[in-house]
This record gives sequence, C-alpha cells and structure tokens, in this order.
Amino acid sequence: MSSQLETAANPEGLKRVVIEPVTRVEGHGKVTLLQDEDNHIRQARLHVVEFRGFEKFIQGRPYWELPVLVQRLCGICPVSHHLAAAKATDQLVGVDELTPTAVKVRRLMHYGQTFQSHALHFFHLSSPDLLFGFDDEVRHRNIVGVIQDHPEIAKRGVLLRKYGQEVIRVTAGKRIHGTGAIPGGVNKSVTGDEREYLLKDIDKMIQWSEEAIQLMKRIFMQNADYHYSFANVDANTLGMIRDDGAFEIYHGGLRARDPNGNTIFDQVDYRDYEQHIKEEIKPWSYMKFPFIAKLGPERGWYRVGPLARVNNCDRFDTPLAEQERHDFMAAGEGRPLHSALATHWSRLIELLHCAEAIKDLLHDPDIQGTDLQVRGEMRSKGIGVLEAPRGTLFHHYEIDADGLVRKANLIVSTTNNNRAMNESIREVASEYLDGRELTEPLLNQIEVAIRAYDPCLSCATHAVGKMPLEIELVDAAGDVVDRMYKRATGQIDH
Amino acid sequence: MAEKIKVATASLAGCFGCHMSLLDIDERILDLVQLVEFDRTPITDIKTIGECDLGIIEGGVANAENVEVLRDFRKHCKVLVAIGACAVNGGIPAMRNQFELRECLEEAYVDGVGVYNPGIPDDPEIPLLLNKVHPIHEVVKIDYFLPGCPPTGDTIWTFLTELIEGRPIGFPYTQIHYD
Ligand code: SF4
Repeated sequence: MSSQLETAANPEGLKRVVIEPVTRVEGHGKVTLLQDEDNHIRQARLHVVEFRGFEKFIQGRPYWELPVLVQRLCGICPVSHHLAAAKATDQLVGVDELTPTAVKVRRLMHYGQTFQSHALHFFHLSSPDLLFGFDDEVRHRNIVGVIQDHPEIAKRGVLLRKYGQEVIRVTAGKRIHGTGAIPGGVNKSVTGDEREYLLKDIDKMIQWSEEAIQLMKRIFMQNADYHYSFANVDANTLGMIRDDGAFEIYHGGLRARDPNGNTIFDQVDYRDYEQHIKEEIKPWSYMKFPFIAKLGPERGWYRVGPLARVNNCDRFDTPLAEQERHDFMAAGEGRPLHSALATHWSRLIELLHCAEAIKDLLHDPDIQGTDLQVRGEMRSKGIGVLEAPRGTLFHHYEIDADGLVRKANLIVSTTNNNRAMNESIREVASEYLDGRELTEPLLNQIEVAIRAYDPCLSCATHAVGKMPLEIELVDAAGDVVDRMYKRATGQIDH
Repeated sequence: MAEKIKVATASLAGCFGCHMSLLDIDERILDLVQLVEFDRTPITDIKTIGECDLGIIEGGVANAENVEVLRDFRKHCKVLVAIGACAVNGGIPAMRNQFELRECLEEAYVDGVGVYNPGIPDDPEIPLLLNKVHPIHEVVKIDYFLPGCPPTGDTIWTFLTELIEGRPIGFPYTQIHYD
C-alpha cells in the first residue's frame, strides 16, 4: 500500500529531490521525494504551503461582503466561491427558497463557470501531456506548443473557455470577480439581447465538447492498459447529488460511496457537514486532510471532483452527457473507475453536460424575469455548499447581532482531494520512479498525476532550501520592513 | 522577423485571477505567441527564470519564497510590472495585516471547526510566513503598475501591445473603470 510512503523511518540519510513549483496547475505546490542510496523511494509528499488566513481576517466584516470578498480566494473558479458564499448568506438573511429567476440565473452562472474551468484545464493545462507525451521536451510541452502543432485544437480550447467566461460576464457583470449574486437572490437577470448573443454559439459549443470527449477517448484507448493503471488508487468518493439521484452541481444532498460503489451515506443535508466531515492537520502542509468522520482519518479519506461525481451519480438529465456516461461506466466493468487519467474523460463529460444545461436555461423564460430577491428574518448561521469544478466546496459563516462575521470555516475542493492526490503521487513514485535515477520526464509523471485532479493551489508556496534561522525582508531602499526568526522547535517569531 | 520578446510571469500571494485575466485576451493569444516567447510562467514547465525582457507579477509578498521569486524576477527582467490590486497594494490577502499572524494560524489549525490533531504546520519544507503582507514595490523597483482586481483582458492587451510596440501607454476610460 503506497500510504507507507507518507513518512520515511529515517529521513536524515536520504536524498531529497524536489519538484518546485508544480507547473500547469492553478497555483503553487511542491513535491518532495526522499530516496535512499539505491534510489528506492522512501517518502513522497505533495505540500501545499498556501496560507492566507481568510477564516480570521473576514471576522468583523459585514455578511453582505462575503460573496464578493471570499471569491478573491481563487481567480480560476471565483464563481464557485461567489455562489457558495451567496448560498450561505441566503440563510443568514432568512431565505430558504429563492425566486425562480434568481435560482436559474445563478445556475447559469455556475454552468458557465464550470464550462470555462474545465475547458481551461483540459486544453490549456493538460492537453500538452496527452498530445505530446509525458516525456516531451520541456520548452515545447505547453499550450504554445499546442498552438503551433495543433492550431485547430488550441483554438477550440481558447474559444470554449471564452464562451464560458462570456456566460459569467452576462450573469455576474464581469468575467472575474463579478457581483451578480447577493444575499437572497441576484442583482440582475438576462436581457433579450444577452440571451440572443449566448444562443448564437451554443450549438457549436455542444458539438466541440462532444468532439473533445471523442479525442480524449481516442487518446485513452490508444494505450488503454497504461492509462487504466497510471496513478490508479482506490478511494471513497464524495459529492453532491440531486434528490432523485441525478448529477447536480448547484444544490442537492451529499452522497459518499466506498471504492466499490457501495453507499456510505446518501442525501445528507450539507448544513450538517460538521457531523460527517472532520479535518486532520499534518505538520508538513498548510492544506488540511479531510475525512469522513465515522470512518476515521486512515480509512475515511475521499476523492471529489469530476471523477467522483460521474462515478457517483445515477444519471445525467441531459441526453448527450447521459449517453457518454454509459460509455464511461462500461469502461469500469461494473466498478467505479479510479484511474487518475479517467478524470480527464469524466471532466469532459461534464463539459458537455454544462453546455447542454446552458442551452436549456437559455430557452427558459425565467432567466429574463424581474423578481430577483427575497428577504426574511436574520439568522446567525449559514452554510453554503456546492460542487465547484474541482469538487465539493463548503462555506460556513456565523454572524453576530450586528451582522458581522464571528466565525468562518472554508473547505475548498482541492483540500478535499488532498489525501487522494498524495496517494496518487505515491502510487506513481513506487510504480515508475522507484530504484531509478530521477530525470525530468520521470518527475513530470508525478505532475501528470497531480494535474489530473486539476488542483487549485492558488497562492503562496515554497520552503527555503536550507532553512536560514533568520530572514529579513529589505525594501528597495535597503530598509528592513519585516523580519522573522524560526526556532529549532519550528516556532516562528517576528 | 525580429526576435521574440521574452516574457515571464509569476503569481505570489494572489488568487490567480490576474493570470486568468491575461487569458481573457481570448483568441488574441494566438497572435501574441507570434510576438512573444514565454519563459517561466505557471503555464509552461520552465521552473527557473532566464534572461527576460518583461516580467509580470501578480500578488503581494506574504512569505519568504515570494521574496526570493520576486528578487529573482527583478534580476532577470528588463521591465517589471505589478499587475492587479494584490501586487500594487497587497489587496485582499493584506487584510490579514490587521491581525497577528499567530492569531490567523491558530484560527485555522487550532480553533477551527472540525479540526482533528490540531497544531500549526511547522515542517522545514513549509515556507516562513512574513508577519505582514506587502505590496511588491516595497521589496524591489517596479516599472509599471496595472491596477484592477483583476485588470480586464482588454486592459492587459492594450498594455502589452503598446509596450511591445514602444508607444506611450494610455487606456480608454472603459478599461480603467472598475466595479
Ligand atoms: S488583484 Fe484580484 S484578481 Fe488579481 S490576484 Fe489579487 S485578488 Fe486575484
């Protein structure tokens, strides 16, 4: 079992190899590998050293700022944070049900967001590995290489992403960090002109999404054995599901299943998440390690995101995506697929589903309605959960009598995948890197496994190679503006 | 054709939104890559920066690694640009400056909801956090500041094309109009 590689027994005598920064992922991460003298891997860790302290510094801010403030966590999927916070603030203003226009405009925004994010991930970030091979030349293995060698594919990727961004702009007012959702509703609906504008290209988007799936299937099947086994780790899965079992990303209950597809829990009200999910702290990463409480930290870790969602749902309510789901499930021969690269496949099925759902919503007259917002009796606690492109996202806020935030907890999608990503790199390390001299192409395999999860590690990272005892931050004029000191115990003083 | 202009970009304590806004130039990226060559950026696999004509920095400075990357960029780039509110004045991450760093860490890793095995991460592989988040011009000299959270794709496009063509940089009102 590869989890043995989490901590080496005697790290002192081992060689340290570091991949830093992990590239073509959103944000910064770092991988450290420890090898003994025969190059056997003794330890493999993905560190996320993101720390921004949102939970603290939003304390004291008014609740209505949350949807626009907290989305600044992430510029790749700001809409997810915008909407999760909005769902939580709906509860704070005492609203359990929005107007049909508000719900549908928010949904449209969320589908647009998932669509652009999935297109970005597949075409801009991962397609170089898939089209050129994991060991392609470093300077070529990126989106510019794709633009040069496969201009048609690259252009489609760019235009698919653009379309999703335009759906966001229309519904949120702005492509990145928009303001559409407000406590209890939305501040605008869709005009007739905007609707026409988005309808113009939607059929092409559906067609291109379908063709992207076919491309991915071709790549996957060309080397099926390898692709099935690469970074294949059995994991529990967690995700949101509509009450009738259909695929859902905006509102539903939580469903968790074991690696064989047996139910752990189902239709759990996400406002009770505190009873079901706990988060473990490990000293070597700022990212926590969540687990299903009743299974404990060792057995309770899980995977979220496209692979989990497509495995977990009973069906899609749009016909083309549903057809593709059947193909996908057939590949698992009755068992959920756990291969890291199957994530790309499932992500593209979701891309197609989003395009179909956008089309349906554009034909729904409610998105042009004028009944935008409702208000009720203020409450002190709100918990908003949805499926972000990368997986389940939890926002939890408590406010005081003046409406100022008192307590907050955020579990972002990538955090939910923390242990699963770590298990995947350990699997790759022991399968392909063990006993070998580590070269760039071998190390890229580690990154390919991480990339499949589309991690959003957004923000600051890195260790200082050899730990200096004291660091001074000196400004351009040579004056010391900050200073810190690290004690042998690891305690940091300023 | 003239030699391509070399561009490197980095995200420090930012949210990646400014990088996403760069991609919001949409199809124009197909033209841009005819003119520029990307060195170290999050979208290539080049991990250390080479000599560059233009460096673009998103995000402020929040930990020791940010400082190192920023200085490295200054050393290797002829022109260095601060893009977005975080790089220009610290932005949202700098909201933590009103609290002690220790309070922020304790809120997340000790007093947080549902925390198991509480304790502040302190492995040597984890970067030293700075006491406060700083705008990047407090650390190195910056040649241009492009405000916005984020600046739009059009704003970034105007900036890049005028800079590359050696024209004075100016924006129409709509491109410097914020929420
Ligand atoms: S300026 Fe805004 S968009 Fe840019 S990194 Fe900071 S928060 Fe993100």
